Amino acid sequence: MSALQPPAAAGPVPFLSRLHEWVATVDHKKLGTMYIVCGIIYLIVAGLEATMMRWQLAWSGMEVLTPAEFNRLFTMHGTTMVFFVGMPILLGSANYLVPLMIGARDLAFPRLNAFSFWLFFFGSLLLYFSYFGGQGLYGMGSAPDVGWFAYAPLTERTFSRGHSTDYWILGIFVAGIGSTATAVNFIATILGMRCRGMSLMKMPLLAWIMLVDCVLILVALPPLAAAQILLLFDRQLGAHFFDTQAGGSALLWQNLFWFFGHPEVYILILPGFAFVTEIIPVFSRKVIFGYPLMVAATVAIGFISVGVWVHHMFVVGLSPMLNAIFMGSTMLVGVPTGIKMFNWVATMIGGRIRFDTPMLYATGFLCQFLLGGLTGIFLATVPFDWQVSDSYFVVGHFHYVLFGGLVFAIFAAVYYWFPKVSGRMMNETLGKWQFWLLVIGFNITFGAMHVSGFLGMPRRVYTYHADRGWDFWNLLTSLGVIVQILGFSLFALNLVHSLFRGRKAGDDPWDAWTLEWSTTSPPPPHNFDEDPIVHSRRPLWDLKHPDDPDWKYE
Amino acid sequence: MTTAPAALAPPEALPQDGIVNGKIGIACMIISEIAFFGTLIAAYLFYIGRDINGPYPQDVLDVSIAPLKVLFNSIFLLISSVWIWLAIRSMRRGRMGAFVFWWALTVLCGAEFLVGTGFEWYGMIVDDGVWMGTNLFGSCFYTLVGFHAFHVTMGLLVLTLVLVLALLGHVTPRNVEKVDLVSWYWHFVDGIWIIVFFVVYIFGNMPVS
Ligand SMILES: [Cu+2]
Repeated sequence: MSALQPPAAAGPVPFLSRLHEWVATVDHKKLGTMYIVCGIIYLIVAGLEATMMRWQLAWSGMEVLTPAEFNRLFTMHGTTMVFFVGMPILLGSANYLVPLMIGARDLAFPRLNAFSFWLFFFGSLLLYFSYFGGQGLYGMGSAPDVGWFAYAPLTERTFSRGHSTDYWILGIFVAGIGSTATAVNFIATILGMRCRGMSLMKMPLLAWIMLVDCVLILVALPPLAAAQILLLFDRQLGAHFFDTQAGGSALLWQNLFWFFGHPEVYILILPGFAFVTEIIPVFSRKVIFGYPLMVAATVAIGFISVGVWVHHMFVVGLSPMLNAIFMGSTMLVGVPTGIKMFNWVATMIGGRIRFDTPMLYATGFLCQFLLGGLTGIFLATVPFDWQVSDSYFVVGHFHYVLFGGLVFAIFAAVYYWFPKVSGRMMNETLGKWQFWLLVIGFNITFGAMHVSGFLGMPRRVYTYHADRGWDFWNLLTSLGVIVQILGFSLFALNLVHSLFRGRKAGDDPWDAWTLEWSTTSPPPPHNFDEDPIVHSRRPLWDLKHPDDPDWKYE
Repeated sequence: MTTAPAALAPPEALPQDGIVNGKIGIACMIISEIAFFGTLIAAYLFYIGRDINGPYPQDVLDVSIAPLKVLFNSIFLLISSVWIWLAIRSMRRGRMGAFVFWWALTVLCGAEFLVGTGFEWYGMIVDDGVWMGTNLFGSCFYTLVGFHAFHVTMGLLVLTLVLVLALLGHVTPRNVEKVDLVSWYWHFVDGIWIIVFFVVYIFGNMPVS
């Protein structure tokens, strides 16, 4: 639409019309950017929440926070990071990239896409409004304090007075409807909107992985919505689903929540896989090793991940047979994930590797995700899990996956695609400083958590006695946070600096091969002047090397 | 941007006419609805026979064919799937009069189901004294059957909208593929009812030995 309008006359566009343009937009690039900006804002919020907890835990017997405040902080930190940092950044990147990479004009249902974004946006506000409205008319604000998996019957009205848990339910429920609608949108886009010549097996792997990711969202998010409705009915209509005195069962909540919760972990990490799968080949100057195997491994991960949820419940006391079955299925996830690991490494072997910042982060992802994956295999082993369940070992494990893995992959993606989005390069020197600060800070913080977990420190305690021997490791964990904050500040600096002063990027700064690099940076509203036609998995390689195109070999 | 090398024939394009996307979209929406109802049904199955106080389903549920009772209503709902199929078939053949007739019949049957459910609930709440907070059976019953009825209501609203548009002459045989998508949703609502019926009125209603 706006492409057809004549260029604006001289003078800056008034602020209100620019605001209106963003609020009323249905453009996948604008919506994607808005998702990511919101995600980054919530990343800062949730990061500060974590910082306050680490301040409280830095030494035994500290009194920075009250126990009640501490409970709210870990609940809000976990909930925010999963639903309002992870999800928007992933949906946002998919929004921006998928149509460009498959040569489409926009998503299949642009208005539904805008609707989903605003559901996410207001859902997140609903959760944070609980700080003011949580206790309703009692006059005192309070946020949910039931943990991010909100175990029943703690969430029942008997134990959770006021409305904080209702805000938790509604905020996530509303945002979840948005995510489900977005998943529908992406599946229709990827299956129905690919450009001429792009058969499914010529699609960029990012699109493949997002397709599987969206199918997982479709299957995993509605059960959470249903479970939350049961809980809401318990709290507001006096139903008895999780009311143990009337025959209700706390176990049902655990099953329903983790039936969502485990696939959710894969919903979060799969886009991380997608980013590094696109980045590693470009910076190794080789095609991805084993494309069909990557597709198969992604689909396999999707299938297996809906059948492993009981590994979060090994200490509940289910039958040994059930525990053994789910231990087996959990170990099975290691196979396709391992295949991916080997494929990424095999892509790097023998390549002319350029360690630009995106590649640094991708490599950091490989190493740290590997560690998180290995401790995951430990935890899948029932007897081991019995020893360290609900300890800081578990906290360390999933931060290696979600921070060392996912966040590093996200940084790789930001450094890689920022030139496409803004038209300017990010600063390499600052980027490398940020990388090393984050690597050091991250490993100090979360490496030390494994030790305090082994020493028996349970998660979610707001303080501990001096005689436990946990002080040193907790101090280490908290000191690591300072290093990380330095890293994150450099990133903020780099982002703002590069946005205005960065070197001009041009259309294709990395000499890459997928379609998004064939259009201008930033892309015009209509994406491509001519509908692209592809003949191989690397359409831009074919263009640049007409004498030796890929389609001769595929 | 890309010009095909002379040796290559330009490849086939996807149809990209919007209808394919619509079909995929509705199919995906139905998958997510199945996941949603699957969870409610799992909760229902989980709680069968776990009540510690009555009234129990065996005391309350009436599975006779009497008018406005559940079996009677179910027949109306299920047969409406046939009417909507006939409506779409008529539209494909360009017979808009027949379309309006079958489509209106679908709406009427759906409305009968809702009214019947209302009477059933009235009887259960007022005469038998079962509501959400009474016991587990009440919680499970009203949640599962209620969400189904909610979906029937949503479907009826869309069906009525199409009917009004058709009566005003805004629906032509050219729109058949889009109207067909509405019928997909309606078939889903009917199909899921078969499962809900078996779970609630047959399986959860077995005589206690
Ligand atoms: Cu898990």
